[in-house]
Amino acid sequence: MSARTLPGFRPALSFTLLYLSFMVLIPLAGLFLKSAELTWAQYWHIVSGPRAVASYALTLGTSATAAGVTAVFGLLVAWVLVRYPFPGHRIVDAIVDLPLALPTAVAGIALTALYAGNGWLGAPLERAGFKVAFTPLGITVALIFIGLPFVVRTVQPVLQDLEPEVEEAAASLGATRAQTFWKVIFPAILPALVTGTTLAFARALGEYGSVVFISGNLPLKTEVTTLLIMTKLEQYDYRGATALATVMLGLSFVLLLAINMTQAWLRRRNGVEGA
Amino acid sequence: MRPRLVRAGLIGVALAFLALCLVMPLVAVFAEAFAKGFEVYWASISEPEARRALWLTAVVAGLSVPLNMTFGIAAAWAIARFRFPGRQLLVTLIDLPFAVSPVISGLIFVLLFGAQSALGPWLEAHDITIIFAIPGIMLATLFVTFPFVARELIPMMEEQGADAEEAAVALGASGVQLFWRVTLPQISWGLMHGVVLLTARAVGEFGAVSVVSGHIRGLTNTAPLHVEILYNEYQFAAAFAVASALSLFALLSLGLRRAVEWRMAQPR
Repeated sequence: MSARTLPGFRPALSFTLLYLSFMVLIPLAGLFLKSAELTWAQYWHIVSGPRAVASYALTLGTSATAAGVTAVFGLLVAWVLVRYPFPGHRIVDAIVDLPLALPTAVAGIALTALYAGNGWLGAPLERAGFKVAFTPLGITVALIFIGLPFVVRTVQPVLQDLEPEVEEAAASLGATRAQTFWKVIFPAILPALVTGTTLAFARALGEYGSVVFISGNLPLKTEVTTLLIMTKLEQYDYRGATALATVMLGLSFVLLLAINMTQAWLRRRNGVEGA
Repeated sequence: MRPRLVRAGLIGVALAFLALCLVMPLVAVFAEAFAKGFEVYWASISEPEARRALWLTAVVAGLSVPLNMTFGIAAAWAIARFRFPGRQLLVTLIDLPFAVSPVISGLIFVLLFGAQSALGPWLEAHDITIIFAIPGIMLATLFVTFPFVARELIPMMEEQGADAEEAAVALGASGVQLFWRVTLPQISWGLMHGVVLLTARAVGEFGAVSVVSGHIRGLTNTAPLHVEILYNEYQFAAAFAVASALSLFALLSLGLRRAVEWRMAQPR
């Protein structure tokens, strides 16, 4: 790029690096320094304790279930919004972003009120034998709410850019609608669907505000890892909180890497297809 | 005939899911807020503690916007207009706060500035409180809203290219003129979009702020934290009243966001 002639590179980059270091890098490095105060045995004792392990299982289980549900319904919502311009679809499209705009604590108390034993949805569900609030099911419901926009917003643009000619060609060659969907459309949107679902999953792992009210916070039963970190903090157990935080951060970074790799795959594939 | 049925069926299932999953919780907020009548509602959001919490939220969001906006513009200028080693790594590092759980975003500042930290005794000797006080809330909010403007502007400026700016420089524009007359008008809607997202997140942040706030009523309570306190005290109508104020703001931000996106899609 011939942009050498433009002014302001040094001050802009210096300010960027300085602000990034003080706001993000040094604080995050502090976390790892703090965990280095622990010996390996102490660290292992904390992160493999029964309460910690139960919280990982619950967090991973509910997050994966919620991500699966958001993948199916997120794809459906994206499909309907792109392919079927029904009256009012613009408003529906705007509402999809609600979980990102609504404060998580507000979402948390609203979902708890809805799904509690005396709530609009909780009462009929409880009569039918399903207890939602204060169970892992309730946590999953909250994580579905939080994760939905990630799937819809990742799949939607890819669906929009699909060229109708390819589908028309498939149809003219005698493919049924189902064949066209599974053999032509689905492979094209699969990378976006995987990326969106991974984003929803990653968000769910670290979620706190929307989960804390509906979960009931019973140790070993409905205590997700973020909640366990919070409990340790409230007991001034900073080392314990830090050790668990490093486990969560490690997982987040692995997922971030996975997302980047999927996106690279997506770009490569689209590059090949576009050629 | 059959495709039409499939279509109606899919629209129906999608709308039912969205109504159940997204609209019902929103309706529940307002229904619960007015469950004890308008007077209780009004008293709940106008009592001094609620007002102070809403005010603190406004101040924190109001301070986060200019700081992270300045950073976003500087970062986008350096990254989208120049090539340098480590550029891609810098983009990844800027996105980092989005990958960190809110609870951990608060925890890192407690570890850095809390009483038990290496800096703790020094801060105490100089009478500086960061954790369990407003500066801590500010830092946590800045951290969680850190990437918004930068990640909005970097792709936008890369796509626009530097032609207009290079022409302005060739015609003798100074750095200040270049920024105010050429760059800023080109990125203004993208900037606005990033600021709307940043503000919504700053107003609604709960986990990170909860860790650093210490929950001192009327002093270090933001609006979302006030909602939690009221809820845990079983003052449901009051909790939902404050929550409804936050929900109205969320809806406003959604509308603004759509308006800006519509404007961005218009041909210049």
